[in-house]
Amino acid sequence: MSWHTVLDVIALLCLVLGALMSLSAAIGLVRFPDLLSRMHAGTKPQVFGLFLMLTAVAIESGEPRMIPLLILAWVFQLLTAPVSAHMVGRAAYRSKHLHEENLMQDELRDVVARAGHEESR
Amino acid sequence: MTMLDVAVWLCGAILALAAAGTIYRLAKGPSLLDRVIASDVLLAIVGACLAVDMVYNHHTNNIILLVIVSLVGFLGSVTVARNVGLERS
Repeated sequence: MSWHTVLDVIALLCLVLGALMSLSAAIGLVRFPDLLSRMHAGTKPQVFGLFLMLTAVAIESGEPRMIPLLILAWVFQLLTAPVSAHMVGRAAYRSKHLHEENLMQDELRDVVARAGHEESR
Repeated sequence: MTMLDVAVWLCGAILALAAAGTIYRLAKGPSLLDRVIASDVLLAIVGACLAVDMVYNHHTNNIILLVIVSLVGFLGSVTVARNVGLERS
């Protein structure tokens, strides 16, 4: 078990785990009841799945100068996934995609009401 | 069948299943926003396939393509989310 094969095993394990992340997101998309919980599953492969995949690529490529580029690719995804999830969640909340029965407690409603009240004053 | 082949075959099968589930949600999704999230996950799966290809063929040529695919996914979902709430003026 030379050092090279150990690295290969780690890279392939990261690869399979990254693929499993996408599978878990797909299962979450299919099975979750309403939009907001599906959104929760939707961002899983983008951040952690991509991280595992990129570590596999980094280990397999073996060139240290690729590392900054891979980190850049990951940081882009890390920054953009929460923003897109927030935008989709906001649009969903505003346009009544909300199923009240799935919510335990809705803090946003009083905030929106209060904002509406201040606007109308 | 070396270890690399087994892992890549496994990843291919898993990603195919994930893509099937995502396309199911894309087709069935009751609302537009479900389809936006499903297309986002589909693009993440495309990125994953790019990474699997890079590992299997021992090259890192399409790392830029992976960055662009993930950014296009982000831009698409933000644009749709931005415009879904607008009243039809």
